[in-house]
Amino acid sequence: MLELQHISFEVPAENGGKTEILKDVSFSVSERFVAITGPNGSGKSTVAKIIAGIVRPTSGRVLLDGEDITDLSVTERARKGISFAFQQPVRFKGITVKDLISLAAGTKISVASACAYLSEVGLCAKEYINREVNASLSGGELKRIEIAMINARSTKLSVFDEPEAGIDLWSFNNLIKVFEGMYERTKGSILIISHQERILDIADKIVVIADGKVAQIGSKSEILPTLLAPAGCRYTAKEGN
Amino acid sequence: MAQLDSIQQNLLAQVADIHEIPEGAFSLRVNGEMFGSRSSENIEIVKKTDKPGIDIYIKPGTKKESLHIPVLLAKTGISELVYNDFHIGADCDVTIVAGCGIHNGGSEKSEHSGIHAFFVGENARVRYIEKHYGEGDGNGQNVMNPTTVVEMEKNSYMEMETAQIKGVDSTDRKTKAKLAGGATLIVHEKIMTHGKQYAKTYFEVDLDGEDCGTHVVSRSVAKDESKQEFISHVNGNNCSNGHTECDAIIMDKATVSAVPEIMANHPEASLVHEAAIGKIAGEQLIKLMTLGLTEKEAEEQIIGGFLK
Repeated sequence: MLELQHISFEVPAENGGKTEILKDVSFSVSERFVAITGPNGSGKSTVAKIIAGIVRPTSGRVLLDGEDITDLSVTERARKGISFAFQQPVRFKGITVKDLISLAAGTKISVASACAYLSEVGLCAKEYINREVNASLSGGELKRIEIAMINARSTKLSVFDEPEAGIDLWSFNNLIKVFEGMYERTKGSILIISHQERILDIADKIVVIADGKVAQIGSKSEILPTLLAPAGCRYTAKEGN
Repeated sequence: MAQLDSIQQNLLAQVADIHEIPEGAFSLRVNGEMFGSRSSENIEIVKKTDKPGIDIYIKPGTKKESLHIPVLLAKTGISELVYNDFHIGADCDVTIVAGCGIHNGGSEKSEHSGIHAFFVGENARVRYIEKHYGEGDGNGQNVMNPTTVVEMEKNSYMEMETAQIKGVDSTDRKTKAKLAGGATLIVHEKIMTHGKQYAKTYFEVDLDGEDCGTHVVSRSVAKDESKQEFISHVNGNNCSNGHTECDAIIMDKATVSAVPEIMANHPEASLVHEAAIGKIAGEQLIKLMTLGLTEKEAEEQIIGGFLK
């Protein structure tokens, strides 16, 4: 189980003061699927980066299965079972799709296993396995490879920052099937930052972050109706928007 | 023929990916002298009589054959200048593996300068692989200054893969090529320098014939306090295509200079140059660290991929 306890994050402001990006954010992740939603710029991605260890909070603690991991590095957290799929996947010159999936799996895997991970995210494995993860791949292709890497890692906590962005040619149903398959394999929690109603619809718990604070937290049946009400429309988008 | 000792065998493995005397045609030079050579039915190796080096004659129409010509220096204080001329007949399809390995265990400078001239016949295809490697536990410098001169006849094709990844303290590499109509020259250069090493590479390609073309691509990594210079001149003297690119990763206190020059001397010449120098992107390191790699392991993967 992951717990965020009173997480705050400040950055220096232009006027010499400080800007609060996150203010006293607390929630836990023990369910199968937990979704974080909220307006753009509300601090959702910062929460994900704090969980992965990329950003250190100004105050507050991060606990994984009761262990305080606040001061652990990105590498140490990854080894303890946290995976993180970037909102904007990174390109590498010379490193192939197979290289990245092997690194994610933590062992030299066979071409057949690497291909299985790619097929699961709807990529024709033969065409992609030896391709470089460079600028020749589209944003959507990179997102799917990013998801395949998380699948290859199979850790107890997988964090996805807007996994649906850029994969419009591939249906949401397939993306949801990937998440379900991932849960079946890992029995771990999957934390998804998303604006998409279809993704929020599979969540066991929804955390709404607005203006750097936890605005609402609860089950899908409690939260979704409030998000879909006119005042909440700005948080979510229908499929294809 | 005498046997190679373990140091020499290791050098051979580093520069030619082989552990023993290879099959087929070869010429092996060890510590400044010819160690052995063997011609094949289609590839004749003749020792030069007026200066150090060899002439290599590959019969027209020779297909799928390879030639190994490694040079090993395992004594300190050797300085040599060697001339190797390759006469590649028309319609050939051959692979030539060259390379120089230096093990300098002493305090004197060890230096190998090879001047390679290629005469590539009409419609011939040549793959030329050259690796430079240095090692040693002494303070002596390992120096390599290769010069490659290429003359390509009509519709010939040559691919040059050169790599200098480790242990060469100073290198000044020159490559000059002249292309006739329809000829293609592809160059892939990989360089990694560390410590206080210095590497300079200079390319000059004359696109003389109609519809000839070249890609000159250099990828390099400069670490510590090393210095690198990349200079290329691609001259479009006819209706031709030219592309020159230098892509460098810079680390620590290293310096890299890249001067890719293109010169169009014909209205139908189409030329492109690119140069990029930068440190490893922080997000690349972080991505690999989220997969469980340490920062150092991530850096090794990124550099390994870049120079693959």
